[in-house]
Amino acid sequence: MPQDIHITIVDREGVSHKVLAPTDMNMNLMELVRSYELAPEGSIGICGGMAMCASCQCYVTSVHELPEISDEEEVMLFEANHTKDNSRLSCQIPITENLEGLAVQLAPED
Amino acid sequence: MIKTDILIIGAGPTGLFAVFEAGLLKLKCHIIDALPVPGGQLSELYPKKPIYDIPGFPEVLAGDLVDNLMEQIKPFVPGFTLGERAETIEKQEDGTFIVTTDKGTAHHAKVVAIAGGLGSFEPKKPLIAGIERFENNGLAYMIKDPEVYRDKKVLISGGGDSALDWCIFLANVASEVTLVHRRNEFRGALDSVEKVQDLKNKGKIQLITPAEVVGVIGAQQLSALEIAIDGGETIIKEVDAFIPLFGLSPKLGPIASWGFEIEKNAIKVDNTLDYMTNIPGVYAIGDVNTYPGKLKLILCGFHEATLMCQSAYGRIFPDKRYVMKYTTVGGVIGFDGSKKEAPKAVVKKIE
Repeated sequence: MPQDIHITIVDREGVSHKVLAPTDMNMNLMELVRSYELAPEGSIGICGGMAMCASCQCYVTSVHELPEISDEEEVMLFEANHTKDNSRLSCQIPITENLEGLAVQLAPED
Repeated sequence: MIKTDILIIGAGPTGLFAVFEAGLLKLKCHIIDALPVPGGQLSELYPKKPIYDIPGFPEVLAGDLVDNLMEQIKPFVPGFTLGERAETIEKQEDGTFIVTTDKGTAHHAKVVAIAGGLGSFEPKKPLIAGIERFENNGLAYMIKDPEVYRDKKVLISGGGDSALDWCIFLANVASEVTLVHRRNEFRGALDSVEKVQDLKNKGKIQLITPAEVVGVIGAQQLSALEIAIDGGETIIKEVDAFIPLFGLSPKLGPIASWGFEIEKNAIKVDNTLDYMTNIPGVYAIGDVNTYPGKLKLILCGFHEATLMCQSAYGRIFPDKRYVMKYTTVGGVIGFDGSKKEAPKAVVKKIE
């Protein structure tokens, strides 16, 4: 039985939310943020999750092994504003059981 | 003045398919789009990506879907105003509308259908203090006329295709071309990357990487840039022109101020009937609208476009009797004189 995991998401207003995330729904972190409506619709995941915009940029603040950054994601992060060393596009992070306890902060709107 | 029955704003899949449904009802369409080519996001963002949820197409490339739609609507000879952004809308006394673009092209229509998707694609602007005051005074976010840069000192920043391509082009126009990028790696078509390498080796392009423009200097006109190299030391570089090319991002743009009810960055419509906005005679279809249960899917946009056209017909011809006719029955009779119809079955005795 796949287990739900706990993820902490700090929204753009600085409010921290600890949410339950399903690992069996083929969901990514951007979609999780949208499903809990932690950022206004239309301000996150604009391209739908194809790594073609940077509207879902987040900073990963916990130590977890994440999937490697693809060329597409890297290109978007090159050209995005507000990037830091721990920037990722949340749409490129699938929710998997090894991410229990993941903590991220949403980057400001570009 | 361009005259039409339905003026469609946005040449994405929803806007294109609306031309077909309108054409079946003998309504003429004209489409405005800020991008220079039809297709919207499908052409701009992901032409080579396969789409799997278009009914009847197990798999279709986004670019091919646009080509197919263009072919499908050809008999209804839609007009296009491309590369111009719809800027203003004025309701006339007779209930018709005049929509004018940023370049001043005016369109007169009985009905307006906004199929604007995510909005119009606008250049992303870097966060540099005071940068706005140099817009059109040495700073440009897109290159309209390269001749402007003849014999000038130009600095381009960015690491994608457009930054590379313009560097190559301007190397033979400008007196000096400098390319600044946050990384040492560039992402673009292989031959563009190689060409830039070659031009750099020949001393025709100066490369500053990894680096970032962090300050703009000048009185009225931009005269120099402050560049931070590898996040540390900063240098001052004299330039005549600065062109940041960081890609495009969609913005709802001027339509946001046309008086619609906006919710979730989208236009609220009546989904119980015909996807009309709060302005009678103006509809919003596809990704640009919102209503309870809205899904931003191409197939939903097609459905919305179809119902919109039926309602538009009723507005334009309130006294005409009409029932929906299947294309298998009525065929497709184009405005260009073309006619497609199902082959007639024969009734013949078999001996």
